[in-house]
Amino acid sequence: MSDMNQQMTARYKNNFLKEIEEQAEMGDWVKMCMQCGVCSGSCPTNFHSAWDHPPQELFMMIRAGKRDEVLESGSMWNCVSCYNCYVRCPRKVPITHIMHGLAEYAYRLGKAPKQQPTQFLSKTFWDNATKTGRVNEVKLTQTLYFKNGLMDGIKQAMAMQSVALGLVKAKRLNPMEAVGGGHKCKDIKGIHAMLAKARELEAQRKGRAA
Amino acid sequence: MARKEYAFYPGCSSQKGASASNYLTSVESMCKTLDVKMTEIPDWNCCGASISYAESGELPRLVMNARNFALAEQNLPGQDIVATCAACWLGSRESKERLEHSSVLMADTNTALKEAGLNLKVIPEVRHMVEVLIEDLGYDELAKPVKKPLDGMKFAGYVGCQTNRPFGIAGESFENPMYLDKLVESVGGTATQFDQKVTCCGGALAFSEPDKAQAQIKDIIEAAYDSGAEMLVTPCPLCQANTEVYQGQINKKYGTKFNMPVLYYSQLMTLAYGGTAKEAALDGNVIKARKLEEFAAK
Ligand code: SF4
Ligand code: SF4
Ligand code: SF4
Ligand code: SF4
Repeated sequence: MSDMNQQMTARYKNNFLKEIEEQAEMGDWVKMCMQCGVCSGSCPTNFHSAWDHPPQELFMMIRAGKRDEVLESGSMWNCVSCYNCYVRCPRKVPITHIMHGLAEYAYRLGKAPKQQPTQFLSKTFWDNATKTGRVNEVKLTQTLYFKNGLMDGIKQAMAMQSVALGLVKAKRLNPMEAVGGGHKCKDIKGIHAMLAKARELEAQRKGRAA
Repeated sequence: MARKEYAFYPGCSSQKGASASNYLTSVESMCKTLDVKMTEIPDWNCCGASISYAESGELPRLVMNARNFALAEQNLPGQDIVATCAACWLGSRESKERLEHSSVLMADTNTALKEAGLNLKVIPEVRHMVEVLIEDLGYDELAKPVKKPLDGMKFAGYVGCQTNRPFGIAGESFENPMYLDKLVESVGGTATQFDQKVTCCGGALAFSEPDKAQAQIKDIIEAAYDSGAEMLVTPCPLCQANTEVYQGQINKKYGTKFNMPVLYYSQLMTLAYGGTAKEAALDGNVIKARKLEEFAAK
């Protein structure tokens, strides 16, 4: 068990709803759900059997205290931020943000499924964007395709080759970015300092061990 | 002085050599004709996009957006921030609302910003380019400079999700927004009855789980063909890229014969205003819009 998971289990005992309310982004809205099912019926990813548990079900499980089942679920990782559910929910529950909040919290606790591709994308994207302040699309693509090792990466890159070539020809993917050209902010130092401070303040406010 | 001035937030994908650089070129041409001045926010940074949620956490993401607000406030006082990318717009506007809603988050944000030598007092309005066109100028003004109407060309207006939800354009419905169709019509084109106009394309899953996203993209392109459209038009660089660049792979997987060009509204407007293929950045389309290339040469 990770330190933070131990810390939180001890703090909230069996009150999982309270844990989500205080720890997950927008988690204090979960109690507003009236189980109407509109969100589950609106979700485009639902058609591809991606979800073990659509949003409505996750909210019910949170109230029922099913901590492991919720935090270890792959469901919230399939949310594509389309905001269909968000604008339709009769109780105005900010479902999209809660999905992200649950995923983030599960990830911090070390309970999120391993090898979850969207989790990897999320980390890669944020690291990529905050390194220089702006996204480097070439490095982003490289890291993504090579995540499973060299052979798999080459296979995936080959499959995507026609896509990439098309973009390069249309001057929309700049291979120079891979070797350190690319876009950056001038005040990278300031950005890093400000982000370090932000992480520190957030951990403090949520009472998380740094 | 220009008729309107804005603090421009181009976003990562619209930089030179990036995946939506053709969007930027055509927006510049369009704004020149409309006498709208867009000044880039100096040293702006990425908004973090929706997809970074798991790694970033809440405050760091807000702080990234707040840095852009502070830079705009300091360098371009009194100007609204205008984004061309739906995701940048959404990320910034959501951050604005959350900061204005919570004094705790606002105070923490300013503590963090101090590390970068910045301070945020009033957050400027955050708007999408399309909002500016429709609300600050209006369809009539947009139609005035038309020199070459796009007569007889049929476009399916693909609004996608993030330009539409959760904020959308004032006065439009989430289920059937009409503004993109109206934009097409104000420059002389025909908008088809396209029933997938607000369907999600799968967003970032196109990268992390391509099979799932491509199934969604296939439905969208299919419906565009069914509506009688020759081309797709979008207001968002992500929707544009997702619906354009995977058509070849979808053809391989499903045996379809998709080859539908996907344009930005700004490209259509530039051409209708008499701009060249270069000014409209038609060379930036992966699936070539032959019909428009011929139209531009005429
Ligand atoms: S739509 Fe809203 S109220 Fe209905 S189940 Fe979903 S979250 Fe709950
Ligand atoms: S925002 Fe996420 S949970 Fe909501 S409908 Fe879209 S994909 Fe599903
Ligand atoms: S949404 Fe995309 S394009 Fe816009 S700033 Fe963020 S990463 Fe860059
Ligand atoms: S890229 Fe797809 S998911 Fe993102 S806004 Fe456009 S339609 Fe929606």
